[in-house]
Amino acid sequence: MSRSETLLEFLARVPFAQTLGFRCDIRGDEMTAILPGDDKLIGNVGIRAIHGGAMGAFLELTAMSQVFLVTQLQRPPRPIDLTIDYLRSGRGGEDVYARASLVKLGSRMATVRAEAWQTEKAKPVAALRAQFLVAAAEASP
Amino acid sequence: MAEDERKIPLEALQQHAHMMMEGVPWANHLGFRVTRVESGRAFATAPWREDLVGDPETGVIHGGVITALLDNICGVSIATRLSEVRAMATLDLRIDYMRPATRGEDIIGEAECYHVTRSVAFTHAWAYHGSRERMIATASGAFALNDPRRWAPGSGGLSAVARELEKKE
Repeated sequence: MSRSETLLEFLARVPFAQTLGFRCDIRGDEMTAILPGDDKLIGNVGIRAIHGGAMGAFLELTAMSQVFLVTQLQRPPRPIDLTIDYLRSGRGGEDVYARASLVKLGSRMATVRAEAWQTEKAKPVAALRAQFLVAAAEASP
Repeated sequence: MAEDERKIPLEALQQHAHMMMEGVPWANHLGFRVTRVESGRAFATAPWREDLVGDPETGVIHGGVITALLDNICGVSIATRLSEVRAMATLDLRIDYMRPATRGEDIIGEAECYHVTRSVAFTHAWAYHGSRERMIATASGAFALNDPRRWAPGSGGLSAVARELEKKE
Protein backbone atom coordinates (compact mmCIF):
# COMPACT_ATOMS: atom_id res chain seq x y z
CA MET A 1 0.00 0.00 0.00
CA SER A 2 1.28 3.49 -0.83
CA ARG A 3 1.51 6.07 1.92
CA SER A 4 -1.46 7.95 0.55
CA GLU A 5 -3.54 4.76 0.62
CA THR A 6 -2.31 4.02 4.16
CA LEU A 7 -3.32 7.53 5.25
CA LEU A 8 -6.76 7.36 3.62
CA GLU A 9 -7.36 3.93 5.11
CA PHE A 10 -6.38 5.24 8.55
CA LEU A 11 -8.53 8.38 8.30
CA ALA A 12 -11.54 6.29 7.30
CA ARG A 13 -11.18 4.48 10.63
CA VAL A 14 -10.91 7.65 12.77
CA PRO A 15 -14.40 8.37 14.12
CA PHE A 16 -13.65 12.04 14.92
CA ALA A 17 -12.42 12.69 11.37
CA GLN A 18 -15.84 11.53 10.17
CA THR A 19 -17.65 13.61 12.82
CA LEU A 20 -15.75 16.70 11.67
CA GLY A 21 -16.27 15.84 7.98
CA PHE A 22 -12.52 15.86 7.22
CA ARG A 23 -11.53 15.03 3.63
CA CYS A 24 -8.30 15.31 1.71
CA ASP A 25 -6.92 15.38 -1.79
CA ILE A 26 -3.47 13.79 -2.06
CA ARG A 27 -1.06 14.28 -4.98
CA GLY A 28 2.24 12.56 -4.27
CA ASP A 29 3.55 14.01 -1.04
CA GLU A 30 1.25 17.06 -1.31
CA MET A 31 -2.06 17.06 0.46
CA THR A 32 -4.86 19.59 0.55
CA ALA A 33 -7.28 18.98 3.40
CA ILE A 34 -10.91 19.95 2.98
CA LEU A 35 -13.43 20.76 5.68
CA PRO A 36 -16.81 20.87 3.94
CA GLY A 37 -19.06 23.71 5.07
CA ASP A 38 -21.60 22.55 7.63
CA ASP A 39 -23.74 24.52 10.07
CA LYS A 40 -22.82 22.15 12.92
CA LEU A 41 -19.28 23.62 12.85
CA ILE A 42 -20.48 27.12 13.76
CA GLY A 43 -19.38 28.71 17.03
CA ASN A 44 -20.98 32.14 16.77
CA VAL A 45 -24.51 32.03 15.38
CA GLY A 46 -24.72 35.84 15.30
CA ILE A 47 -22.07 36.24 12.62
CA ARG A 48 -22.17 32.59 11.42
CA ALA A 49 -18.49 32.11 12.24
CA ILE A 50 -16.88 28.67 12.41
CA HIS A 51 -16.05 27.56 15.97
CA GLY A 52 -12.40 28.12 16.90
CA GLY A 53 -12.32 24.56 18.19
CA ALA A 54 -13.51 23.15 14.85
CA MET A 55 -10.90 25.18 12.99
CA GLY A 56 -8.22 24.07 15.45
CA ALA A 57 -9.23 20.41 15.10
CA PHE A 58 -9.15 20.69 11.31
CA LEU A 59 -5.62 22.16 11.35
CA GLU A 60 -4.44 19.55 13.85
CA LEU A 61 -5.80 16.72 11.69
CA THR A 62 -4.22 18.30 8.62
CA ALA A 63 -0.82 18.53 10.34
CA MET A 64 -1.08 14.97 11.69
CA SER A 65 -2.05 13.66 8.25
CA GLN A 66 0.86 15.40 6.54
CA VAL A 67 3.34 13.88 9.02
CA PHE A 68 1.74 10.47 8.52
CA LEU A 69 1.92 10.89 4.73
CA VAL A 70 5.63 11.64 4.52
CA THR A 71 6.90 9.19 7.16
CA GLN A 72 6.70 5.42 7.53
CA LEU A 73 4.85 5.59 10.86
CA GLN A 74 2.43 2.77 11.58
CA ARG A 75 0.61 4.69 14.32
CA PRO A 76 -0.64 8.30 14.18
CA PRO A 77 1.95 10.81 15.46
CA ARG A 78 1.01 12.19 18.88
CA PRO A 79 0.75 15.96 19.35
CA ILE A 80 2.97 17.42 22.07
CA ASP A 81 1.83 21.00 21.80
CA LEU A 82 0.26 23.34 19.31
CA THR A 83 -0.48 27.01 18.83
CA ILE A 84 -3.34 28.26 16.71
CA ASP A 85 -3.53 31.84 15.46
CA TYR A 86 -6.99 32.95 14.44
CA LEU A 87 -6.47 35.46 11.65
CA ARG A 88 -9.95 36.03 10.25
CA SER A 89 -13.34 34.69 11.20
CA GLY A 90 -14.17 31.54 9.24
CA ARG A 91 -17.44 31.85 7.32
CA GLY A 92 -19.84 29.15 8.47
CA GLY A 93 -21.46 26.92 5.86
CA GLU A 94 -18.53 27.41 3.46
CA ASP A 95 -15.67 25.00 2.77
CA VAL A 96 -12.28 25.46 4.42
CA TYR A 97 -9.02 24.20 2.92
CA ALA A 98 -5.68 23.62 4.59
CA ARG A 99 -2.15 22.57 3.82
CA ALA A 100 0.62 21.58 6.20
CA SER A 101 4.37 21.46 5.79
CA LEU A 102 7.07 19.90 7.91
CA VAL A 103 9.47 22.54 9.16
CA LYS A 104 11.71 19.83 10.55
CA LEU A 105 11.45 16.08 10.73
CA GLY A 106 13.79 14.73 13.38
CA SER A 107 14.22 11.20 14.67
CA ARG A 108 11.88 11.84 17.62
CA MET A 109 9.98 15.07 16.92
CA ALA A 110 8.41 16.74 13.95
CA THR A 111 7.71 20.46 13.77
CA VAL A 112 4.80 21.30 11.50
CA ARG A 113 3.10 24.43 10.23
CA ALA A 114 -0.34 24.51 8.68
CA GLU A 115 -2.56 27.19 7.23
CA ALA A 116 -6.28 27.23 6.51
CA TRP A 117 -8.11 29.41 4.03
CA GLN A 118 -11.50 29.70 2.35
CA THR A 119 -11.84 31.54 -0.96
CA GLU A 120 -8.34 33.04 -1.19
CA LYS A 121 -5.21 31.19 -0.13
CA ALA A 122 -3.49 34.55 0.34
CA LYS A 123 -6.05 35.40 3.04
CA PRO A 124 -5.64 32.62 5.62
CA VAL A 125 -8.32 32.27 8.28
CA ALA A 126 -6.13 30.38 10.76
CA ALA A 127 -2.57 29.12 11.16
CA LEU A 128 -1.10 26.37 13.31
CA ARG A 129 2.35 25.46 14.58
CA ALA A 130 2.63 22.06 16.24
CA GLN A 131 5.15 19.58 17.58
CA PHE A 132 4.48 15.88 17.15
CA LEU A 133 6.17 12.91 18.76
CA VAL A 134 7.14 10.58 15.93
CA ALA A 135 9.43 8.06 17.65
CA ALA A 136 7.65 7.03 20.83
CA ALA A 137 4.44 6.48 18.86
CA GLU A 138 6.27 3.71 17.01
CA ALA A 139 7.69 2.16 20.16
CA SER A 140 4.46 2.23 22.18
CA PRO A 141 2.57 -1.07 22.34
CA MET B 1 -14.93 45.99 36.78
CA ALA B 2 -16.85 46.76 39.95
CA GLU B 3 -19.39 44.09 40.80
CA ASP B 4 -22.22 46.64 40.90
CA GLU B 5 -21.62 47.58 37.24
CA ARG B 6 -22.61 44.08 36.20
CA LYS B 7 -25.84 44.11 34.22
CA ILE B 8 -26.28 40.37 34.52
CA PRO B 9 -25.76 39.22 38.11
CA LEU B 10 -23.32 36.36 38.72
CA GLU B 11 -26.13 34.47 40.44
CA ALA B 12 -28.09 34.48 37.17
CA LEU B 13 -25.06 33.07 35.33
CA GLN B 14 -24.68 30.39 37.98
CA GLN B 15 -28.34 29.49 37.81
CA HIS B 16 -28.34 29.27 34.01
CA ALA B 17 -24.75 28.01 33.54
CA HIS B 18 -25.87 24.93 31.59
CA MET B 19 -27.26 27.24 28.86
CA MET B 20 -23.92 28.87 28.13
CA MET B 21 -22.84 26.27 25.55
CA GLU B 22 -26.24 25.05 24.39
CA GLY B 23 -26.52 27.85 21.84
CA VAL B 24 -23.10 27.11 20.37
CA PRO B 25 -23.68 24.56 17.57
CA TRP B 26 -20.25 22.87 17.56
CA ALA B 27 -20.08 22.66 21.38
CA ASN B 28 -23.59 21.27 21.43
CA HIS B 29 -22.77 18.76 18.69
CA LEU B 30 -19.84 17.46 20.75
CA GLY B 31 -22.01 17.17 23.87
CA PHE B 32 -20.26 19.85 25.97
CA ARG B 33 -22.07 21.15 29.02
CA VAL B 34 -21.16 24.01 31.34
CA THR B 35 -21.45 22.66 34.88
CA ARG B 36 -20.40 25.59 37.09
CA VAL B 37 -19.31 29.22 36.88
CA GLU B 38 -17.70 31.54 39.41
CA SER B 39 -16.37 35.05 38.92
CA GLY B 40 -13.53 34.59 36.41
CA ARG B 41 -13.78 30.79 36.39
CA ALA B 42 -15.84 28.21 34.54
CA PHE B 43 -16.17 24.43 34.34
CA ALA B 44 -17.60 22.18 31.65
CA THR B 45 -17.68 18.49 30.75
CA ALA B 46 -17.06 16.66 27.50
CA PRO B 47 -18.45 13.14 27.33
CA TRP B 48 -16.45 10.16 26.12
CA ARG B 49 -18.20 9.20 22.93
CA GLU B 50 -17.27 6.73 20.21
CA ASP B 51 -17.70 9.38 17.49
CA LEU B 52 -15.13 11.66 19.17
CA VAL B 53 -12.35 9.07 19.16
CA GLY B 54 -9.14 10.09 17.40
CA ASP B 55 -7.26 6.80 17.61
CA PRO B 56 -9.35 3.73 16.72
CA GLU B 57 -6.79 1.38 18.31
CA THR B 58 -6.82 2.95 21.77
CA GLY B 59 -10.19 4.74 21.94
CA VAL B 60 -8.46 7.98 22.95
CA ILE B 61 -10.54 11.13 22.34
CA HIS B 62 -9.13 13.33 19.54
CA GLY B 63 -7.10 16.36 20.58
CA GLY B 64 -9.42 18.50 18.47
CA VAL B 65 -12.25 17.79 20.91
CA ILE B 66 -10.10 19.05 23.77
CA THR B 67 -9.17 22.14 21.74
CA ALA B 68 -12.86 22.92 21.24
CA LEU B 69 -13.68 22.31 24.92
CA LEU B 70 -10.87 24.53 26.21
CA ASP B 71 -11.49 27.26 23.62
CA ASN B 72 -15.16 27.40 24.54
CA ILE B 73 -14.74 27.19 28.33
CA CYS B 74 -12.19 30.03 28.14
CA GLY B 75 -14.90 32.10 26.46
CA VAL B 76 -17.35 31.27 29.24
CA SER B 77 -14.81 32.22 31.94
CA ILE B 78 -14.42 35.60 30.21
CA ALA B 79 -18.20 36.05 30.13
CA THR B 80 -18.28 35.80 33.94
CA ARG B 81 -16.13 38.93 34.10
CA LEU B 82 -17.94 41.06 31.54
CA SER B 83 -20.42 43.68 32.60
CA GLU B 84 -22.41 43.33 29.38
CA VAL B 85 -22.77 41.09 26.33
CA ARG B 86 -19.77 41.41 24.00
CA ALA B 87 -18.84 39.69 20.76
CA MET B 88 -15.85 37.46 21.48
CA ALA B 89 -13.32 35.93 19.08
CA THR B 90 -10.32 33.73 19.81
CA LEU B 91 -7.07 35.46 18.85
CA ASP B 92 -4.77 32.59 19.65
CA LEU B 93 -4.75 29.41 21.62
CA ARG B 94 -1.80 27.33 22.81
CA ILE B 95 -2.42 23.74 23.92
CA ASP B 96 0.05 21.44 25.67
CA TYR B 97 -0.87 17.76 25.73
CA MET B 98 0.28 16.08 28.95
CA ARG B 99 -1.19 12.63 28.38
CA PRO B 100 -3.91 11.02 26.30
CA ALA B 101 -7.45 10.95 27.67
CA THR B 102 -8.64 7.58 28.98
CA ARG B 103 -11.18 5.59 26.98
CA GLY B 104 -14.66 5.72 28.48
CA GLU B 105 -14.01 8.62 30.86
CA ASP B 106 -15.56 12.08 30.64
CA ILE B 107 -13.23 15.07 30.43
CA ILE B 108 -13.55 18.13 32.65
CA GLY B 109 -12.55 21.50 31.23
CA GLU B 110 -11.74 24.35 33.61
CA ALA B 111 -10.82 27.89 32.61
CA GLU B 112 -9.69 31.00 34.41
CA CYS B 113 -9.94 34.46 32.94
CA TYR B 114 -7.12 36.25 34.74
CA HIS B 115 -7.07 39.61 33.01
CA VAL B 116 -9.45 41.72 30.96
CA THR B 117 -8.71 44.97 29.15
CA ARG B 118 -11.12 47.05 27.06
CA SER B 119 -10.38 44.97 23.95
CA VAL B 120 -8.67 41.73 25.02
CA ALA B 121 -9.17 38.99 27.63
CA PHE B 122 -6.46 36.55 28.79
CA THR B 123 -7.17 33.01 29.93
CA HIS B 124 -5.66 29.78 31.18
CA ALA B 125 -7.41 26.43 30.92
CA TRP B 126 -7.03 22.82 31.99
CA ALA B 127 -8.51 19.53 30.79
CA TYR B 128 -8.45 16.56 33.16
CA HIS B 129 -10.18 13.43 34.43
CA GLY B 130 -11.73 13.88 37.88
CA SER B 131 -9.20 16.33 39.32
CA ARG B 132 -6.11 18.23 38.22
CA GLU B 133 -4.03 15.29 39.50
CA ARG B 134 -4.96 13.57 36.22
CA MET B 135 -4.19 16.36 33.78
CA ILE B 136 -4.73 15.72 30.06
CA ALA B 137 -3.91 19.13 28.61
CA THR B 138 -3.35 22.76 29.54
CA ALA B 139 -4.04 25.81 27.44
CA SER B 140 -3.62 29.54 27.32
CA GLY B 141 -5.57 31.82 25.07
CA ALA B 142 -6.13 35.46 24.22
CA PHE B 143 -9.55 36.62 23.06
CA ALA B 144 -10.64 39.80 21.30
CA LEU B 145 -13.62 41.59 22.79
CA ASN B 146 -15.38 43.22 19.88
CA ASP B 147 -17.90 46.00 19.64
CA PRO B 148 -21.31 44.27 19.63
CA ARG B 149 -22.64 47.01 17.31
CA ARG B 150 -20.23 45.84 14.61
CA TRP B 151 -19.86 42.16 15.52
CA ALA B 152 -22.95 40.26 16.52
CA PRO B 153 -22.43 38.28 19.71
CA GLY B 154 -23.16 34.56 19.49
CA SER B 155 -26.02 32.78 21.17
CA GLY B 156 -23.91 31.12 23.86
CA GLY B 157 -22.26 32.49 26.99
CA LEU B 158 -23.61 35.73 28.36
CA SER B 159 -26.05 36.14 25.44
CA ALA B 160 -27.84 32.90 26.32
CA VAL B 161 -28.36 34.00 29.92
CA ALA B 162 -29.30 37.58 28.93
CA ARG B 163 -32.01 36.24 26.62
CA GLU B 164 -33.31 33.92 29.33
CA LEU B 165 -33.56 36.85 31.77
CA GLU B 166 -35.40 38.96 29.18
CA LYS B 167 -37.91 36.17 28.69
CA LYS B 168 -38.71 36.20 32.39
CA GLU B 169 -39.19 39.96 32.65
